[in-house]
Amino acid sequence: MEKTLPVPARTTLRNRLDKLRESDVWYSFRSHPSAIFAAGLLILVALTAFLAPWITPQNPYDLAALELWNSEIPPIWNEARQWPYILGTDTQGRDILSAVLYGSRISLIIGFASVLLALCVGLALGLMAGYFGGWIDNVIMRVGDVLLSMPFILIAILITAIASASLPTGLKDILAAPILIFAIAVPSWVQYARTVRASAMVEAKKEYVQAAKLIRVKSWRIMLQHILPNCMTPIMVAATLNFGLAILSEATLSFLGVGMPPDQPSLGTLIRIGNQYLFSGLWWIVVFPSIQLCLIVLSVNMIGDWLRDALNPKLR
Amino acid sequence: MKLRHLLLATAAVAAFTGTAQAENVLKWGANRDIGSLDPYSFGDSFTINVLNHVYEGLVRYNKDLKIEPALAESWEILEDQITWRFKLREGVTFHNGNPFTAEDVVASLTRVSHETSPLKGNLPAYVSSKVVDELTVDITLNGTYPLLLNDLTNIHIFDNEWMTENDALMPTDVGAGTEGYATYNANGTGPFIVESRQPDAKTVFVVNPDWWDEPQHNLDKIELTPVNSAATRVAALLSGEISFTNDAPVQDLPRLVAAPNVEVLEGVDLRTVMIGFPFRDTLTTGEANPFVEKSVREALYKAIDLDLIHQKVMRGKSRNAGATIAPPIPGYTEALDTLPEFDPEASKALLAEAGVAEGLEFEFNCLSDGLVNEEQFCQAIASMWSRIGLSPKLDVAPRAVQSPKRTNGKTDVYTLGWATLPLLDSYSPLLQIFHSKDGNAGVFNWGGWSYPELDALIDAAGSELDLEARLALQTEALGIVKDEMIMIPLHQQPMAWAVTEDVADMPLFPDAKPRLWFAQMGSDS
Amino acid sequence: MIAFLLKRTANAAFVMLAVALLAFVIFRFFGDPVEMMVNEQATLQDRVELRERLGLNDSFVVQYTRFVTNAVQGDFGISYRNQQDVMVLIKDRFPATFELVLVATVISLVVGIPAGVITAVYRDSRLANILQLSSIVGVSLPSFVVGILLILAFSVSLGWLPAFGRGETVDIGWWSSGLLTPSGRAALILPAISLSTFQVTLVMRLVRAEMLETLRADYIKFARARGVPTARVQWRHALRNCLMPVITLTGMQIGNLIAFALVTETVFQWPGMGMLFIQAVTFVDIPVMAAYLMIVSFIFVVLNTLVDITYAWVDPRLRDDTARANG
Repeated sequence: MEKTLPVPARTTLRNRLDKLRESDVWYSFRSHPSAIFAAGLLILVALTAFLAPWITPQNPYDLAALELWNSEIPPIWNEARQWPYILGTDTQGRDILSAVLYGSRISLIIGFASVLLALCVGLALGLMAGYFGGWIDNVIMRVGDVLLSMPFILIAILITAIASASLPTGLKDILAAPILIFAIAVPSWVQYARTVRASAMVEAKKEYVQAAKLIRVKSWRIMLQHILPNCMTPIMVAATLNFGLAILSEATLSFLGVGMPPDQPSLGTLIRIGNQYLFSGLWWIVVFPSIQLCLIVLSVNMIGDWLRDALNPKLR
Repeated sequence: MKLRHLLLATAAVAAFTGTAQAENVLKWGANRDIGSLDPYSFGDSFTINVLNHVYEGLVRYNKDLKIEPALAESWEILEDQITWRFKLREGVTFHNGNPFTAEDVVASLTRVSHETSPLKGNLPAYVSSKVVDELTVDITLNGTYPLLLNDLTNIHIFDNEWMTENDALMPTDVGAGTEGYATYNANGTGPFIVESRQPDAKTVFVVNPDWWDEPQHNLDKIELTPVNSAATRVAALLSGEISFTNDAPVQDLPRLVAAPNVEVLEGVDLRTVMIGFPFRDTLTTGEANPFVEKSVREALYKAIDLDLIHQKVMRGKSRNAGATIAPPIPGYTEALDTLPEFDPEASKALLAEAGVAEGLEFEFNCLSDGLVNEEQFCQAIASMWSRIGLSPKLDVAPRAVQSPKRTNGKTDVYTLGWATLPLLDSYSPLLQIFHSKDGNAGVFNWGGWSYPELDALIDAAGSELDLEARLALQTEALGIVKDEMIMIPLHQQPMAWAVTEDVADMPLFPDAKPRLWFAQMGSDS
Repeated sequence: MIAFLLKRTANAAFVMLAVALLAFVIFRFFGDPVEMMVNEQATLQDRVELRERLGLNDSFVVQYTRFVTNAVQGDFGISYRNQQDVMVLIKDRFPATFELVLVATVISLVVGIPAGVITAVYRDSRLANILQLSSIVGVSLPSFVVGILLILAFSVSLGWLPAFGRGETVDIGWWSSGLLTPSGRAALILPAISLSTFQVTLVMRLVRAEMLETLRADYIKFARARGVPTARVQWRHALRNCLMPVITLTGMQIGNLIAFALVTETVFQWPGMGMLFIQAVTFVDIPVMAAYLMIVSFIFVVLNTLVDITYAWVDPRLRDDTARANG
């Protein structure tokens, strides 16, 4: 089954990934039913979320599509059901299934984008800090220290709160998602930066870099090719787990009322709205978005957990 | 500051040890907290209402909402027609033991009418006051004015000595560096004494054993707890953690009615919910403002399905309104109360005729802690307006955030609920909302309109002492408001209170103000 | 050691100065203090005078220095909304949050440590698998959903526990405690559980990982070989070894718990600092926001520094700063 590849003198990123695919990580994945289940679930959620505009009966963000006459219809297995509202409707006549799928899309996009942003910023700053050292390193790492000395959720709330207090209403609607992405990314790049910096510091002391510096050759490429593969494993694990965390953070912010506005609800916003009707017999408004949110985060975390165990030889 | 805490702490400990014997504690779960302990620091009905348990006015409303003597025993209008002489009640003391005198009245009126007082609009005709003797005060007005007593029901009287000692003679003004002693301390003459207060958490009132009046209640203590979440309020009521709420969510009424330990008290509030339009040259987007055209306002009016909102959002508990005041308010006539026809096609035609572009963007400013189900009916209306081709941008936030935007004209279309308090007369909305902005008039004229013929009618009513003639003028003025669709009325909102079985009697008032000095708890034990 | 102490303290001071700068920038530039303070009738003249009196025309450095000097003395100004000294507001609310966090921490240790040991010792047993699965569910459930579910189950359906507030409190000096009355303790149960779910799984996972590592260590194998009873080896020798990281984690997480309490406090209407902060956010009450940020960060930084120092004291190798580069 396992092919023995000739180990190249320089492990490039691509080779490394190839090796990963051929290695026992893939085997470990296939032999972990929970990982397969989680991956399947996540793919299903992502597919339905991104196909939402084509498969849902309603665009829940289009105010003109909401019909108050059709409000508070219970799910389809109930007597008062009404097609096509499979999971019922909320108090504005918004189809819950459509809202959940559109909401999942927002949650996934915000989660993914914020991790990506934090990853890019973290890698770049970490490399710079490790490579240049000196005052650049100092500044970057001290900024990181400061960010880490404030609780994650607090920074995110402050950023969104200040943004929404200082932006006009029209702009606020358009920028709601980018602000959230930014707010969640800001406190989380430090972790990546620290990891990369440590590798970069080790690498920067090596002779070839010193030599490259001496003869003023751009050693960036060499650096990248050597450092990134070395710290890819912890970074991938961290990024996966942070993806789950980012989705949770977005939901929390929206639940607290500083996230997505009620006319373009994410899962957290839907839960916040539904929470008001907990005792009115309209349980479906709060229950379905909650289930969806938990499923998404659960599957991401299961993949992250598996990845960590699979890549950590000590625990195998 | 330290002393205050020590006092509070000892008081609390004393109260704790005292809870051993059976006490009638009314646990009041409100939907929000009072803004302050200073009734003059916020022009807010709820804060003034709650503090009315601690502070009193010269006159007050009785159980039938008729005006009766309170701190003043009698009054007369002097010969010049603009000076009122009040004889004050003897033997009244403040909670700190100081006697109530004419000095206190003058100091309080000076404070409330001060230039920086947010409440000065509640006493529009006041010019000056002076002490005649220890228990007699003269109040001079700027002209003949029929509604002074109505105004005075809500002007609470402070202790002059206490204010002087604590540097609280002026209204609290953080900007001017005036210390807000009265914002977290209280000393009135009313039936209850403030025992402790933690903003947004709990305010405790204990009965005033030395109250000058015969108590009609049997409460020993009131604990006011703000419970913002409607669902939590219901849960707390069902589990008996609170014994009274003045805001039972309409969507949860069936459940509360079905609960064996809860009684629901329902009525229709006097508060009329309206939508206001901007009359400035441009919208917040910088575009030309089409709402100055009456036909555009009419288009928006006709696009609102009032019945649908009544049925779905207000759950059949509201009363659809054609007039900007409720039927019991003097000045109301049935002719003012005709409902518009719901006709979105006509709306589209009107918009096209007025040349309003498809997809016109404007802000729609609503409160998250304002009227009954405000967020929901605002969303519903925004959806109805989108369907005639407009793009309303819904902006929902707490009152404290929205108020500055509204008063400074930094928004477009907005909601407003008006219960004609404290006057209980149609002169109140006419002067405060529909009159052009001018001194004490038009304080709530946020759209910035000006109709000279309307102003003339309101001014005439404001100095007319004959009731019939005055009401005729006011009805005529309200007719102009209706014809011009300056603001469009939606409904009188439902009022739903709920009490647990601990409460034997809780009189419901159409002005939606709990008056707990009439409440009875059922302590047969 | 003294050099290290000085270095860590200086570092902490630097971080606090930076946090103060951030708080000051928020305070000064978002939401003009003058606009927030004056009422609508204020004239342009009033505003100019107020600006001058508040010292808003001074240079940035002067204003920042003044802000820090005041903050060190506990003076964060007056809340725009409550018109009350911010420090007094926060001081009144601190006990509620502290007791909530304290009980949540105790729960996380009492539940998390045994669960961690079980999953490590009885690896692959059914109980361990169930615990493992519930731990991953635990980190995936948003704490506000947990709170809502708990209210739905225990307050609404069963009616056993209160859904909001602190119950009856007793004042001891300025500290108001809910731990001394039955209603206060009942009110604490649901919020504390909801706040601790995440922390329980964190402790459990840490204990499991440490235990697995320790159980493989030579001296444990040696003890076993010597005939020390297995249970004794596992619970006494091995567990004792992994308590230090648990204590560290708990110390460092307290700051996070205080911050996360704001979600729990919102769900349960718990009158703590977090709810004060959320209210301040909705009402754009900048002085309260700035003060909360500084106070929570201060607690955070102090705890982290203490943990670092303790560690260095226990393990002198860590005094070398390069060892931290990997952390």
